[in-house]
Amino acid sequence: MTLEICQKYAPNKDNLIQILHDVQDAHPQHYISPEAVDVIAEYLGVPANHIYGVLTFYTMYSTSPRGKNIIRLCESPPCYIKGSDNILRKLKVLLGVQTGGTSKDGLFTLELCACLGVCGNAPVMMINEDVYGDLTEEKVEEIIERIRGMK
Amino acid sequence: MAKIVNVFIDGHHLEVPDTMTIIEAADKHGIHIPRLCYHPDLPPTANCGVCVVEVSGNPTPKRACCTPVAEGMKIVTNSKKLRSYRKTLVEMILSNHDVVCPTCAANNKCELQTLSNNLGVDPDALPCILDKKEVDFTSPSIIRDVNKCIACGRCITVCNEVQTVYALTFSERGIDAHVDTAFANGMANSPCVNCGQCTVYCPTGALREKSEIDAVWEAILDPDKHVVVQEAPAIRVSLGEEFGMPLGSITAKKMYAALRKIGFDAIMDTNFTADLTIMEEGTECVTKLKAGEKRPLITSCSPGWIKFMETYYPDLADCVSTAKSPMSMFGVLAKTYYAQERGIDPAKIVSVAVMPCTAKKFEARRPEMRDSGFQDVDYVLTTREFLRMIKEAGIDFAKIQDEDADEGMSFYTGAGTIFGATGGVMEAAIRSAYTLVTGQELDNVDIQAVRGLEGVKEATVNVPGFGDLRVAVAHGLSNARKVMDRVREGLKTTGESPWHFIEIMACPGGCVGGGGQPYGNDIASRARRGLALYEEDRSLPVRKSHHNPEVVRIYERFLGSPNSELAHKLLHTHYFKRSVYTGQVTGEATHKHH
Repeated sequence: MTLEICQKYAPNKDNLIQILHDVQDAHPQHYISPEAVDVIAEYLGVPANHIYGVLTFYTMYSTSPRGKNIIRLCESPPCYIKGSDNILRKLKVLLGVQTGGTSKDGLFTLELCACLGVCGNAPVMMINEDVYGDLTEEKVEEIIERIRGMK
Repeated sequence: MAKIVNVFIDGHHLEVPDTMTIIEAADKHGIHIPRLCYHPDLPPTANCGVCVVEVSGNPTPKRACCTPVAEGMKIVTNSKKLRSYRKTLVEMILSNHDVVCPTCAANNKCELQTLSNNLGVDPDALPCILDKKEVDFTSPSIIRDVNKCIACGRCITVCNEVQTVYALTFSERGIDAHVDTAFANGMANSPCVNCGQCTVYCPTGALREKSEIDAVWEAILDPDKHVVVQEAPAIRVSLGEEFGMPLGSITAKKMYAALRKIGFDAIMDTNFTADLTIMEEGTECVTKLKAGEKRPLITSCSPGWIKFMETYYPDLADCVSTAKSPMSMFGVLAKTYYAQERGIDPAKIVSVAVMPCTAKKFEARRPEMRDSGFQDVDYVLTTREFLRMIKEAGIDFAKIQDEDADEGMSFYTGAGTIFGATGGVMEAAIRSAYTLVTGQELDNVDIQAVRGLEGVKEATVNVPGFGDLRVAVAHGLSNARKVMDRVREGLKTTGESPWHFIEIMACPGGCVGGGGQPYGNDIASRARRGLALYEEDRSLPVRKSHHNPEVVRIYERFLGSPNSELAHKLLHTHYFKRSVYTGQVTGEATHKHH
């Protein structure tokens, strides 16, 4: 499976970042396993320790299994000033997890990230590909409940 | 083509090539710019920022390690602003550092300690933010303590660029950035070959050998144990420097005296089995040459190289000599031949090896190194550990009277002693292989072409009755890769190796530059230690392994002849294939032949 993803790209180390994205997206638990790294290393001729360095450098990649939906709450100053720490506290309570944790039902992983580029609507978070702005504690609860209902 | 430019450092006018960086130009002219991550042997990584200087025309300070000189450049290395920058940087490093200097293995050798002292840094200037992490004890050779790491990245450079082993990397980013193995699996579960070059280049005590000092003292102080010690060639030229003697002092006899004072029961010498290795490996080589073998013979003394070969070149494992290393040959003979000759129960023998090497700790624990019926070598001490024992025993090494080793497995020739320098095994082998092929003696035993610090050395030796013997010598594993790639390519395209006989040592400079050697060594001091071995070689009465009377004796009384059945059983080994991801054995690469 990992090899098939690799083979969509030329075996050139410039393609590492994109291959890592595709491999992570294709995994039901949204992460990159040691076994996958071995396959990518072999395909690109890049040592595994270099790939590990790259995938831990970028916060979008995960080396451990994650939930079905990934929440990325912005922790940059504009969101912080607009109360992102209250949103974080609310999310932790709602999901029963700490930062970086995955909820027991496997539905959500809670992460922090740097600026999402929509500071005008701070505080902001993304869930998977969708952006949610002007967050309040009530709004967050509503969003989480809605996704829970969709499962 | 480099151009000569005029630069002014603190008002001194220097003429230097424009290919130099500011720090190189300053070093060359004896001007010391404070630094932490920079090391003259390694490409600069510009991680620490301590070497900042003010450069004319630049509003902000520049890092001297990575800023090239330019015509008319005016450089200030010391100013109020620079002193304050440097102090703040070191204070920030200390605030995230496990400051346990008195008991740290790097105490008095630590570059962070020296720099903090020199700059007059207040260790409590900033509150401690150290979040203590688990120490990596997985490896039998190397301990990695991330709490003492300053993230200078030297270990990563040496592991990836000098050695091309690819075990260490930077993980995560910003304040969380730290040195790690892939997936934080630990050194023992990575492609690490235990060469220990990371421990030599680490400016602090974050990387160090796994010490066996306590176990060795325990054995020495146990009256029921008979503790036999052997010392590698490189040890005798690497001890004096720690006690104020000139670099490269030859101290074999002081070394024996110190070992006796510490309390070892029998003081022998690895140089003896280095001579024996030449007999076994030389015979193997000559047999291959006479058979017209197209595949080369490659030396097998260096355990870092052996694990590297098993990991990255298992397809060429059959080209590597089956001869065990001199250390392992000594180990197995101590519990067989020596025990028999001296009438000692081998179960009571504790075999200790003093090695310039961290990988020897791994080699001693290989399951195949038990041909005596016991673990052949019980404990391996690095040069650094041995130095600590000398100090613990209160020995004034520079003043101790010379003594001889105990008789028997301690006699050595000049050929045995040069094993410790790159090219030495090749030179020693040629001295004896020549005789094995031609029946005549080689008159000029100084084979200059294989000496020196060039990464890959090649030579052709005319051997009457055979023709031109083509040899290559590589030291440092990136150079080993170059040689092995050419061998692989040659065998694939023409069916023939470019060389008949190849020496490979894992560490730059050979064993004198080993991963267990005293701290603070750069290429220049390694070279000096190596030259001392050639000096000792010239001074010895016997300079060819096959003339070692104790070697002759052990074949007469015990082994029969080189490559005999018993020699194969005790002195030869076989190799495995290893995963490039975990370093673990995945299968056999060659079989032990009986």
